[in-house]
Amino acid sequence: MRMNGAQAVLESLKKEGVDIVFGYPGGVVLKLYDELYKMKFPHILTGHEQGAVHAADGYARATGKVGVVFATSGPGAANLITGIATANMDSVPLVCITGQVANPAIGKDSFQEVDVCGITTPITKHNYLVKDVRDLPRVIKEAFFIARTGRPGPVSIDVAADVFNTEFDYAYPETVKLRGYTGDYTGDPAEIDGVMEAIGRAKKPLVFFGGGVTSSNTSEELRAIVERLGVPSTSTIMGLGCVASGMKGFLGFAGMHGSYGANMAIQECDLLLCIGMRFSDRVTGRVADFAPKAMIVHFELDPAEVNKNVSADYRVLGDLRWSLPILRERLEASGADYPAKYADWLKHVMEVAAEHPFSYQQEGDAIKPGALIRKISGLMDENTIAVTDVGQHQMWAAQFYAAKKPRQFLTSGGLGTMGYGLPAAMGAKIGCPDKKVVLFTGDGSIMMNCQEFATIADHDIDVKVVIFENHLLGMVGQWQRLFYNHHYSASELKGKRDFVKLAEAMGLRGYRLEKAEEIETRLPEILAEPGPAVIDCIVPQEENVLPMVPGGKRLDQMVLGEDA
Amino acid sequence: MMEKYLLAVLVDNKPGVLTHVSGLISRRAFNIESISAGYTEEPSVTRINIVVSVESENELDQVVNQLSKLIDVIKIVNLSKAPSIERELVMIKVRATKKDRADLVNIVDIFRANIVDITQENVVIELTGHQAKIDAICEVLSEYEIVEIARTGAIALSRGPVPVKRM
Repeated sequence: MRMNGAQAVLESLKKEGVDIVFGYPGGVVLKLYDELYKMKFPHILTGHEQGAVHAADGYARATGKVGVVFATSGPGAANLITGIATANMDSVPLVCITGQVANPAIGKDSFQEVDVCGITTPITKHNYLVKDVRDLPRVIKEAFFIARTGRPGPVSIDVAADVFNTEFDYAYPETVKLRGYTGDYTGDPAEIDGVMEAIGRAKKPLVFFGGGVTSSNTSEELRAIVERLGVPSTSTIMGLGCVASGMKGFLGFAGMHGSYGANMAIQECDLLLCIGMRFSDRVTGRVADFAPKAMIVHFELDPAEVNKNVSADYRVLGDLRWSLPILRERLEASGADYPAKYADWLKHVMEVAAEHPFSYQQEGDAIKPGALIRKISGLMDENTIAVTDVGQHQMWAAQFYAAKKPRQFLTSGGLGTMGYGLPAAMGAKIGCPDKKVVLFTGDGSIMMNCQEFATIADHDIDVKVVIFENHLLGMVGQWQRLFYNHHYSASELKGKRDFVKLAEAMGLRGYRLEKAEEIETRLPEILAEPGPAVIDCIVPQEENVLPMVPGGKRLDQMVLGEDA
Repeated sequence: MMEKYLLAVLVDNKPGVLTHVSGLISRRAFNIESISAGYTEEPSVTRINIVVSVESENELDQVVNQLSKLIDVIKIVNLSKAPSIERELVMIKVRATKKDRADLVNIVDIFRANIVDITQENVVIELTGHQAKIDAICEVLSEYEIVEIARTGAIALSRGPVPVKRM
C-alpha cells in the first residue's frame, strides 16, 4: 500500500494493537501529528514530555502492554530521558518514537538537534535511528518485539523528519528476524532437578520474589508454589502484589525499609528461593553478609543477573513462564508433605515477624502516614491500583498498603524517580479505566510533575492524589536527622504553596486534611466521589520510615521503631 | 591479579553497533585493553575483537553476559580459552640519524619486523606479532627517540577448521 512515513508509523502501531499514544508535538513531528489528527488516533497531550513517558510507563505496568510515546527532536527527546531510564531500571516495555532533524541536517548542530541514539544507548534495551523510510516497518516491528519479549524494556526509535514525508510501498512484516535475539528463554529442565534436591534437604526455606514475576505474569504459579511448600515468603518492592498481602506466610517486602520479619527470615533461612529478582543494593543490605546461612537458588531470565551481585548456588536460567510451571508440577507430583515439614519454621518466622510489625505511634490529632495509608487501603477494593512517587511516602505505602494483585502497586523501584507518580497514575487509569487509581505522593515529589494536574483535569482522568505534606523533602530530611546532625540542608519546603488552590487552578477539586479524625469523617466521602481530586494531608515533619537498615549494615542490623 | 582475555564478538554490521558495544563496556566499568573492529567474510557481519582485563572468572562472565544482551550482538567466543592464534600490528616512528640506522636495522631483523618508510630523520618500523613481542620491541626501541606509536589492538582466529560463528 502506498503511504508516507507518518502514516506508516500509525498503521504499524495499529497492527501492534496500540490503543493510545502519550506525547507532545513539535517541529519535526508535525507531519506525524497531522496524520494522527486525520486518522483520529487516540493521543494524550501531557504538560511535559517527562509526563508523557511516565504515563506510558504507568500504562505499561498496569496493563502489561507496551506503552507508546511520541516526542519531537532535541528538547522533546531529551525530556524523555528520565522516564526512559526509569522504565529501563524496572524492565518496563516502552516504544518511544522521536522525530530527528531531517537527513541533510543531521550532524550539523541543527536547530533542536540532539543525538538521541547516543543519549539513550545506556538506558534502552535497544535503539534505532531511521534514515530511510523503507526501514520503518521492520524497525517498528522489531522494536515492539524487543520491548515486550524476554526481559522487557524501553526501545527508542528516532526518525529523521523527512522520513515522515516520504511515500513508499508499505508492508508490515509478519515476523521478526534478529540474529542475536530470539526472545525465547526456554531453559534446561535439569537445572530444576538440583532445586528439587535442595528443597528436599532444606529445613528453613524462604521464597523471595521480585518484579520478574509481575512482568512474566506468573503470580498464580508463584502462589501455588508457595502454598504447596507451606513456607514463608517475602518480596522486593517490585514484587509487591504478586502474592496477596495477608496471604499465609507472606512477610511483606524485604530490604532497607522492609519488614523485620522478612529481613530476619532472610538472614536465618537455609534455602532462599529467589524468583525473578536481581539482588539490588536496596534489598541485600551489606551484600557480603546477605543470607549467610542459605543455599541460594536463582530463577532468572537474564543470564547477566545471575552472580552479578550475589552468587547463586543453583541457578535456573530461563523464562519464569517456562520454569515455574515445571517447578510447580514437580512439587505437586512429589509425595512429600512439605507444609508439615516446614510448619515449625513457618511458625517461628511468623512469631519473629509479630515482634516488630510495621507500626506507627498515634500522637495527638496529627495525621500519621501509616494510619492514612491503612485507611485508604481498607477503603479501596481489591482491583485498585496504587501508585507512588519517591521518598518516605513511597516506603510507607509499601509498608502499609495491602497490595492484593500484581500490576496494582506501581512504583519507581530501581531509579527512584521523584515526579514519576502523577503521570504514571494517569497512564494506569487510562490503561485500566475500570479500576480505581490512587496516588501516594509527597510535597516534594508532586512538584516535579504537577503540570499533569491540568492533563488529568482536561481529560477527566479519575486519579485520587494523596499528598503527604510535611514541608520537607522527607527522606532527605530523615537521613539528615539521623546522619547529618539534623542539618536540613536544602530540604525544607518553606514556601507558601497551597496544593488545594493549585488543584483548583488546574481545574481539579482540592481538599486539605489536617486532623486524624478527618481520615474517618471526610476521607471516605472524598475518595468515593467520581472524578479526579487532590487531597493534601498535613503529616508530622519528623516522622521516620522504620525499620531501616543503614547503608553498609546487615539486614538484621535494623534500626527499629522503638529505638527512634 | 588481573587476567586478560581476547573476546571475538560477532555483531550486525549496522550503524550504532560500535556505540552499543563501547557504551556498554564503559557504563559497566569493565576494563578493556584494546578494541578493534572490521569487516568479515559476510558483509552483514562485523567482527569486534576486545581484550578485556578482569579480576575473576565471575567478572569475565559478567562481561560476556552483558555483551550478549545487546540485541545486535550475534555471538561471543572467548578465544583465550580455545586454541587460537593472536596477532597485533604496530607501527613505530623512530627518530634515526645516519649513525643509528645500522643498529635499528639489526633490531628490525632480530624481531623480523619491517622498515616501511625512511627519511633523512626517521624510520617507520612495522611489526606483526603477539602482544608480548610488540611490547618487547617497543621496550628495546625506547632507547631511541620514539616519535609516535600506532597499535591496532589484538585480533585472533581459532586454530583448526571451525570458525567462531560455529563455535
